[in-house]
Amino acid sequence: MIPAKATPHIQTGKSTRGHRLKNTIIGWSFVTVATVLICLFYFYPMVQAFIMSLQSGRGTNLTFVGFENYARLLKDPVFLTTVKNTVVYLIIQVPLMIILALFISVLLNDKALKCKGFFRTAIFLPCVTSLVAYSVIFKYLFGQDGLVNIMLLKLSFISEPIQWLTDPFWAKITIIIAITWRWTGYNMIFYLSALQNIDHSIYEAAKIDGASPIQTFFKITIPMLKPIILFTSITSTIGTLQLFDEVMNITVGGPGNATMTISQYIYNLSFKYTPDFGYAATVSYAIVILIVIFSIIQFKVAGDKNA
Amino acid sequence: MLKKVFGYGFLTIAAIVSIFPFLWMIISATNKSVDVTKGKLLPGSHLVENLTNLLNTVDLIPALVNSAKISIITTVLGMLIASLAGYGFEIFQSKAKDFLFNFLLLSMMIPFAALMVPLFRMFGTISQTTPMIGIDTFSAVILPTVTTAFLIFFFRQSTKMFPKDILEAGRIDGLTELGVFFRIYIPTMKTTYAAAAIITFMASWNSYLWPLVVLQSPENQTIPLLISVLGSSYSPDFGVIMTAIVIATLPAALIFFIMQKHFVAGMMGSVK
Repeated sequence: MIPAKATPHIQTGKSTRGHRLKNTIIGWSFVTVATVLICLFYFYPMVQAFIMSLQSGRGTNLTFVGFENYARLLKDPVFLTTVKNTVVYLIIQVPLMIILALFISVLLNDKALKCKGFFRTAIFLPCVTSLVAYSVIFKYLFGQDGLVNIMLLKLSFISEPIQWLTDPFWAKITIIIAITWRWTGYNMIFYLSALQNIDHSIYEAAKIDGASPIQTFFKITIPMLKPIILFTSITSTIGTLQLFDEVMNITVGGPGNATMTISQYIYNLSFKYTPDFGYAATVSYAIVILIVIFSIIQFKVAGDKNA
Repeated sequence: MLKKVFGYGFLTIAAIVSIFPFLWMIISATNKSVDVTKGKLLPGSHLVENLTNLLNTVDLIPALVNSAKISIITTVLGMLIASLAGYGFEIFQSKAKDFLFNFLLLSMMIPFAALMVPLFRMFGTISQTTPMIGIDTFSAVILPTVTTAFLIFFFRQSTKMFPKDILEAGRIDGLTELGVFFRIYIPTMKTTYAAAAIITFMASWNSYLWPLVVLQSPENQTIPLLISVLGSSYSPDFGVIMTAIVIATLPAALIFFIMQKHFVAGMMGSVK
């Protein structure tokens, strides 16, 4: 993955072996703090979580139960609902956002386009908002008497207000709209930078060969951007599988559990209901497994090991 | 021609949709709650009134100070730790270190929701012996989030393009390895640090889940926690809440606009 390169050698009179040793020690000491902190706050808790997932009980009073929690997982209707909700967000929102971001960046990459800077900044702007802040704004915009309903009614697109937050179907749509609004510009920046690296003569050649803009898009742009599309789709997938702030602040998981995500369920199990840390840890392993599965699928779909 | 009209039309709609919630937020901060509910879209004259009400109902200033403290410490420490590591992995490259590097990258796949419960228990245990860094302290917020594999990766990628001869020159001039890092590497990599600072600061300023879990007393509240509480009240005063959101969004937005070039350059550097 990473090209081999010689370590820097310092030319002084001292013995090479002593130097090499000193160099090794110095090299390792540079990476020590970060390594220790990541092991302590990422990998160690993951091991802890696994041990906890084999235990059950209230609060800190845990007893060993083996794989019972995992069996409970598959029979837990709330857990299955949260997985379903999360997967729905994932398979609708991620492709929608990526296509939108790709489309916008191709339009922005046009050399003749005026006001490019304005469009780019405007579309990127949602990324500076905090997840909580924009969630609260969307909650009010999409409320029963919110601005979106007021405008849609005024324009006569609808005859009665849409239950954006209280209908199980529309609540999911609201969440999807919100996430798409927040993250499209972010992904656009990645595509835009990748597009600028594509040699313009390829497009010239395609034009001479009589390729239509649509053909150019699918036959040149998409294949050239494949590694970056894979990168963004994996990061978006990981992000969506962990979705918490938006759902917590827009719908609180409601109506019923119609918008609740796995992360929120873990939070509720640990800090809202009577704490069941063992089972919460089991649920959290479900997210890890989902992330691994979806990442493998995406690598397979992209079909390129080097991507 | 048609293609052109379509392109501009599409981009204009996208830009309007992106900006509109911001405009609405700013306009609503200047209006009375009743007018906001009626869907008023013109600026009003109630900004000062909303601001006074906001300051009287919630502890806005302490929350801002808390958020600033946490974000600044996280940014400075996080950049130092990650850049030391990124530099070490690239300049003192070896097979073993490459293996370790790839292993650390795996942590990017770990969802925070999976870490939340064990981390909470870990800090619970720490609280019993050293409450200074236990539950409900800023250290507990900062420690688990300060080092990210992404930032290490980011610094390593940027170091690949670093002119290594300068380092050699520094060594010949008699600088120690740490001296080379602090006196030569950091000043040369200003752009990378700027980009890393923006990414880290914004993430820290906006973080919600972990502070929600670990900060319990009201005087430790951060801005996202305060906004969340305001937003979930049963009889919300929209003007006041929007004023709070404007204030909460301002620091991140300002930093973004001042350093926009670095930000985009940084993001691009991270993918190359």
